[in-house]
Amino acid sequence: MTGPRIHLGVFLTGVGPQLIWADERTAPHMAIDTFVDVAQLLERGLFDAFFLGEGLRVRENRGRVFDLDVAGRPDAITQLSALAGATERIGLVATQNTTYNYPADLARRLASLDLLSDGRAGWNVVTTDNAWTGENFRNGGWLAHERRYERAGQFVDAAKALWAGWEPDWEAAGEDGAKSWARPGAIGAVEWHTDLVELTATPTVPASRQGRPVLFQAGDSEGGRDLAARHADVVFSAHTEFDAAAAYATDLRRRLAHYGRDADSLRILPGAEVILGATPAEAEEKERWVRDHQVNGPRALAFFEQYWGRDLSAYDPDGPLPDIEPTEAELDPSRGTIAIDQRSGKLAQIARWRERAEAENLSIRQLALAVRPGHRAFVGTPGQVADEWARYVRARVVDGFNLLPYLVPDSLTDVVEQLVPELQERGVYRTEYEGTTLREHLELPPVWPGTT
Amino acid sequence: MTTLSLAVELDGDGAHPAAWRHSGRPPGAVLGAAALRRAVHGAERAGFTLATFADTPVPPSSGLDAAGRIEAGTRAAFVATTTSRIGLAPTLHVATTEPFHLATQLAALDHASKGRAAWVVGVANDPASAATVGAAPLAADALRREVADVIDTARALWDSWEDEAVIRDVATGRYLDPDRVHHVDAAGARFTVKGPLITPRPPQGQVVVLAPAELGGDVDVALAGGSVDEIAARAGQAPRVFAEVEVVLDADRPAAARLDGLDADTGWEPTGHLRHVGSAESLVDLVRRLSGVVDGIRFHPAVLAVDLLILADRVLPALADLRRPPGETLRASLGLPRPANRFAVAGGQS
Repeated sequence: MTGPRIHLGVFLTGVGPQLIWADERTAPHMAIDTFVDVAQLLERGLFDAFFLGEGLRVRENRGRVFDLDVAGRPDAITQLSALAGATERIGLVATQNTTYNYPADLARRLASLDLLSDGRAGWNVVTTDNAWTGENFRNGGWLAHERRYERAGQFVDAAKALWAGWEPDWEAAGEDGAKSWARPGAIGAVEWHTDLVELTATPTVPASRQGRPVLFQAGDSEGGRDLAARHADVVFSAHTEFDAAAAYATDLRRRLAHYGRDADSLRILPGAEVILGATPAEAEEKERWVRDHQVNGPRALAFFEQYWGRDLSAYDPDGPLPDIEPTEAELDPSRGTIAIDQRSGKLAQIARWRERAEAENLSIRQLALAVRPGHRAFVGTPGQVADEWARYVRARVVDGFNLLPYLVPDSLTDVVEQLVPELQERGVYRTEYEGTTLREHLELPPVWPGTT
Repeated sequence: MTTLSLAVELDGDGAHPAAWRHSGRPPGAVLGAAALRRAVHGAERAGFTLATFADTPVPPSSGLDAAGRIEAGTRAAFVATTTSRIGLAPTLHVATTEPFHLATQLAALDHASKGRAAWVVGVANDPASAATVGAAPLAADALRREVADVIDTARALWDSWEDEAVIRDVATGRYLDPDRVHHVDAAGARFTVKGPLITPRPPQGQVVVLAPAELGGDVDVALAGGSVDEIAARAGQAPRVFAEVEVVLDADRPAAARLDGLDADTGWEPTGHLRHVGSAESLVDLVRRLSGVVDGIRFHPAVLAVDLLILADRVLPALADLRRPPGETLRASLGLPRPANRFAVAGGQS
């Protein structure tokens, strides 16, 4: 096969409004069998990676646990370790934050997953700063917002040092009668002493066949893009419109050059929804069904309640926006979906929404649908979506997509059974796994000679 | 009386520090999926109720012996989907981790294993272990308090979702009942945790907690070292008391000669555990004697490649009349009830 190929992952956040639960086809979302079935399905579909989100605090709405969305999820590395035992090829990527983890502990757990899976582990590096989340941790709220990427950079540097702590030829020569378990001097301690990272640790896990876990990064701010350019093997970007994706790719490759990295040493996989139908009309009908579930009346009201700071349950979701005034208090992060730069200026935001709803005659639900955060959906027949994706990847504006399922497992079964064959026909998707490690699946250069 | 539970420690190549020299494979072979599966699947086939996975934040040996070890929680999880009866107990340390993460990891292990998770409370507190998290060792009383606080916090978090919290009520659009998911507001001496856990209640309700008997705390299984008399004195300290027994068994050479050979490579410092060096038959006799004073035994095979096989072939079959039959969950296998939820019994409302 020649030319660029599409790399696919699935991001199972495990919580949130995009997951439809009120449908009998939905598999029990905490059951290990569901996770195993999905991972094995994706493996049949020759996917690069299966991602799990990270939970640090259960989402709340106005001081109570939020009750309308799927909630409750496993620890990512534990679950992926269980899946490593039930799969053979697919990459296993854990989202883990650099604020409320200890670097040596997290690096060791990731290296352990990498070794047990024989080189299939990845780490989606995220930052968090908020004190609300921090209430579950020893030093909640310790890290200033503006230093979160500085901490992340040092955290990743320390992790990389720990992962490189065993020399590749660490095994003592000769199987019988070796004087020591490892070659003396082959394993080194790592020290790090700054105000952001403090540790002295000797790694206990050697490198896997892919050298170290593959690093993913999702932040889209200046700090996030810079962290990606320094460290990431894959970016989980938010840009799916063709022109925006092209601009993003150009910006990121420029940053790579600044850090002395090759333009082809990074994969760009934006998040995306895929809604497939046998005909264009059927796909559009299915999208309406998906949106009706994702943004039903109670969810639409709850979406605006976080901005209003008031109980809006008495309002008709199919009627006009609430006429009562919002509270003065700014947004809190308790719903988990609000970007940091959107946590201030909510009154102005509400004023803009009121103008728009008035001008376009939108109901509460219609406005929620129009302004809710979310990833781009590709809606169409498998052939239509395959054509569009082939255009993206041939122009190298993306390297693939990280899919966010709306119905587990059915929406993924559709992709594996209907879309993957169309992509293969167009020569933009693998027809078998050529390698075994996640780095090989992603066609990334080796970390160092001798690894894959 | 079928009242005895048998556990086995499966770390590395065995409990003896020189075990790696007597395992018939290259040293590094222990660090991978195949070795782990062989040990755990073998223990399950043999009929052990529980496998434990020792761990420390630092290398297992600072000398000429093993320098590598895969983190215990990932080891336990890795075999969760390929086993079906055996309990899985990683050692996780209280002072070098986040209590919230620890509780989440163990709850996730219980879900992944469908109710077979346990936790061996680890108390690594030496300067090198503490330095991995940029800390200094705790004083003895502070460590004791930390152990109690982390156990209590984990237990509160495991109850933070009531069993019936997920209601999936299509008519009202409510996925869960917010009155059945609780803040725990746990306050230890050195930390606080708000809760609830991100993970719904473990299938067992509470993950089974094991800890060395001298630690105290709210544990399900106290691990008792020392002589038979000292072990007997621990009776009633926890719902279950297990005796710690290291074993070196007669094989191609007599056990004493095997131990001499192992010790010639690296001396096996006394650990405070009962140590049986001899035949399988005399070990069966020892276990029968102990069965009068304890609820279970945790074996520490000196060399897994040798002693685990003999335990499986000659010791466990000879104890069939004493062994508690396996249940659907580890708690059931241990004859322990599924605990009521503290929040539910408090009235069901937050």
